[in-house]
Order: sequence, then C-alpha cells, then structure tokens
Amino acid sequence: MSGTWMTTRAWLLMLPLLVIMVAVIGWPLVDTVRLSFTDAQLVGTAGNYVGFDNYTKMLTSSNFTRTLSTTTWFAVVSVAAEMVLGVLAALLLNQEFRGRAVLRGLMILPWALPTVVNATLWRLIYNPEYGALNAALTQLHLIDDYRSWLGEPGTALAALIVADCWKNFPLVALIALAALQAVPRDITAAALVDGAGPFNRFRFVMLPYLAGPLMVALVLRTIEAFKVFDIIWVMTRGGPANSTRSLSILVYQEAFSFQRAGSGASLALIVTLLVTVLAVAYATLVRKTAGSAT
Amino acid sequence: MERKNPVFTAFVYICALLLAAVILAPLAWLFVMSISPAADLAAKPLRWWPQAADFSRYVQLLSRAENSAGAAFTASLRNSLEVAGMATLAAVVLAVPAGWAVSRTPSVGWSLSMVIATYMLPPVALSVPLYMGLSWLGLLNNVFGLALIYLTILAPFTTWLMKSGFDSIPREIEAAAMIDGAGLFQTWRIITLPLAAPVVATSALFAVLLAWDEFFYALLFTSDQRAKTLTVAIADLAGGRVSDYGLIATAGVLAALPPVLIGLVMQRALISGLTSGGVKG
Repeated sequence: MSGTWMTTRAWLLMLPLLVIMVAVIGWPLVDTVRLSFTDAQLVGTAGNYVGFDNYTKMLTSSNFTRTLSTTTWFAVVSVAAEMVLGVLAALLLNQEFRGRAVLRGLMILPWALPTVVNATLWRLIYNPEYGALNAALTQLHLIDDYRSWLGEPGTALAALIVADCWKNFPLVALIALAALQAVPRDITAAALVDGAGPFNRFRFVMLPYLAGPLMVALVLRTIEAFKVFDIIWVMTRGGPANSTRSLSILVYQEAFSFQRAGSGASLALIVTLLVTVLAVAYATLVRKTAGSAT
Repeated sequence: MERKNPVFTAFVYICALLLAAVILAPLAWLFVMSISPAADLAAKPLRWWPQAADFSRYVQLLSRAENSAGAAFTASLRNSLEVAGMATLAAVVLAVPAGWAVSRTPSVGWSLSMVIATYMLPPVALSVPLYMGLSWLGLLNNVFGLALIYLTILAPFTTWLMKSGFDSIPREIEAAAMIDGAGLFQTWRIITLPLAAPVVATSALFAVLLAWDEFFYALLFTSDQRAKTLTVAIADLAGGRVSDYGLIATAGVLAALPPVLIGLVMQRALISGLTSGGVKG
C-alpha cells in the first residue's frame, strides 16, 4: 500500500474525533476570543466591539489580583504537600511489611471518590456545630470551643487545601511507588554494600527513577490546581469574604452570576493563557529532567 | 535487602497504621454518618458510633415516591448513568479508529497531541459559547447535550489509551489477515479488537470514572430532574437547607460506590496506564 493512501486513510479514521473536538472545543474557544472584545451579555444583547477594554478592566481590578494570588497559593501549597506526602507514602509502601498489598489497595479509594463527594464529606467534617473535626479536637482538649473552619477567612483556605491533599496525594504515591519498583534490586543492594545512608540512597539511587514520573504528576496536578472549581464551589463557593475564590470561580461569577459574557470571556482567556504558559514552562522542564535523569 | 533492625520495623508498622488511618478515617466517618440516627449526629459530645445502625436513609433515597428526596436522587442517578453511558460509548467508538490511525500512521500523531492538549483548557474558557450554543440547539438541561460535551472530555483519554494498546499489537498479524483478503473493518473485527479487548475495557471504565466525576458543565447546563446529574444533586444537598447530615452522607456513599468499585477492580490497569504515560512523557 502506498504511503499517501495510508496517510489519507489515517486522516479519514481520525475525522470523526477531530470534527467533534473542533465543534465542541475549537469553535467555542474562538467564539470566546470574539466575545472577549465585546460587551455582550449572557442573555439578550449580542454586544458591541469594545477593543481591549475588558482586558484592561479585568487585569487592573483588585478582584483579579487578589484571586490570582489566592489561586497561586492554593496551587503551590496543595501540590507541594501532595508531592511530599505522596513520595513519603511511596517510600513506606516500598518497604516490605505485612498488609502492604491491602494498604496499597486502600490508596485508590480517595482517588476514586468523586470530587464532589470528597468536598461534601469534608464540608460535613468541618461543620461548625456538628462536625467531626470540632468534636475530635474538643474531646482531645486541643480546642475549647467549636470553630467555624470554613466560615472564617483565616482558616477556610487551609481547610480546603487539606481536603484537596487528602484526595490527591494517594495518586502521587501510587505513581511514585510504580517508579520506585522499577529501581533494579542490584543497584539498591550495591549502594547498601558501598555504605550509602538512607538519604544518599534516596538522592542518588531512587530520585533518578522518580524524577520523570514525578515531574509529570507535578505538571498535571498544577494545571488542575490552577483550574480548580469543583471542590471550592461545593465547600465555600469562594467565601467567606472571597477568601477562597479561585480564578475559575471568579470567571463563573462574572459570566454567569453577573451575566457579563464579554468581560467573563476576557477573564477566562487570561486564565487560559496563564495555564498554557505554566504548562509550556513545565514541559520544557520535564524534557530537561528526562534528559538528565537517565 | 533492608537490614532487619527491630526499631526500623516498628517504625514502618507505625507509619503504615498512620497512613491507613489517614485514608480510612474520613471514609469510615462518611459511612457512619449515613447509618447514624440524626440525634446521634447532633449529640454533644459527638457519638462516634451509632447506638443502633439505621439504614432507613438508603431506603429513603432509593425509593421513588413523588416529590420525595428519593425521587430527586434516583432521577439524578439515572441521568448520571445515561450521560456517562452515552458519552463513554461514543468516546470508545471514536477512539478505536482514531487510536488505530495514530498507532499505524505516526505521521498524523500531532493531531492527537493537539486533541490531548485541550485538557489544559479551563472549562470556563468554553462555557459561555457552549451555553449559548446549547441554548440555541435546545439542548440546555438535556442529557444528550451534556453527553455531547462530556464526549470531548473523555475522547482524548480513550484515544490515547487505545493508541498505546494498538501499539503493542504487531502489525504483522493484521497484515496476514489483509493478505488473506480481509478488509480493514473485517481485520479489526477478527484480529485487532479481540486482541485489544482489555484496553477497550480499561479505557471505557476510565471514561466512566471521568464522566461520573464531572461537575462544572453539569452545574451550568442542567437545571432540574430531567438532566441534573448526581454530582449536582449532591452539591444541592450539601449547600441546601437539609438538616439531616446523615442524608447528605448517604447520598455521598451511594454516589461513591460505583467509581470506588471500578477503581478497586481496575487498580492494576489504572496504575500501569498512569505510569506508562508518566515514564514516556
């Protein structure tokens, strides 16, 4: 069979997928760009061309800068904690002990739990009047009075981060564990014979195997953390006093609560651009780590 | 081999117990809440174990009496099943030819990379035109409209998984069938798909998990029992005026059961899928 026919056939077989992707993702993305230069409302008026007004308005608003820093804080802290806890759990699961297989099986549970159920569960745990956290801490005499963990700007974001970490660190652990199990036994044994301590064994024997998969997990988790909507919406809706408002929640409010489709679209594209820059920067980094680690 | 230092062994077991507790405690509490009488959940000090297990909330949520909490819950359960089922079926149907094409003709692979890159887009960047488009098509608050959008979330993943599955099937087997006069679709039916059956199953289950978990589009594009999915129904319960926290917990347990069972069943496949992507990345 000729190469041209093979290529033509390949495109024909790809066609249904590509058509759907262009119709449901490509076209809306282009239309969002168009809307971002108009003052369109969600319902009714089609809107007039307003140039870069939406962008300058959004970029200079204090709402945007504050939300950007909240989102960055959420992403950095939760992803960093997930990475550290994930690697620690993987190192533990890489040891030999009875019940290891069961424990490894349990790790899949938080990951499989739907995000909304996880958010609901933690919302119940943090409940100011009947929540398990308040009850446990009071019964252990760690706090005197019940607190409103999600109701106070000082604790709400931290409480969200804990809930997010609990769901996501097991996945990092499973990825890291699979990487650790790819470390050849004789290399570990040789390092032991040469008298390498635990830290050096981790740094020079295991880390080269961990680096690649961990970087990928880091990229995916960071992108997701930057786009975060579900868990925050269910637990706090961005409150109290907007202290947990993420960029996606801000776009939702602008476009759907206030029905300002135009400025909502410009804000959504700013977020998209941020995520893209982040992903490209990371991809470069991944390529470098993959190159240097092996 | 690790030296068998008793202190170290004890340390490993303590850490393992701690990890198990961290993972299990919140889940166990969700279940305990679902079977505790309302009075126990409101007691101070809190009663950690119900005096008598009370499964009535499960009956309540799964009953379909008019205008009850159960009617809303079962409707959303049905919508979730319909949307996830349709979207998964369509995603696999699209993924088989596309994944095969990329596997056998790598020169078209860049288009799959672009399809996968759409994962980076925040859904909010598409939501306004999609809202307007669905409304124009009369597909707002409609399970078909939601399934169409979910399809574009699932298809990149299923295609990518199918592609790596086809990669491990030698072309020579297919070539042999074709020399014997089998057409492309016949070759798939007789040779390729039976060999790729485990990958088809894995990608379908993975797609179901993704669809079951989706919340943002469902929140935006559905408004009542005709199309609201489970995630939206649970968020409604959690954010609403329901005073019985046990009922919210029960809904959570029921919604978590299918994906948790799928997760446990396909543990091995999931992890190898995730890490093969990780190593190759």
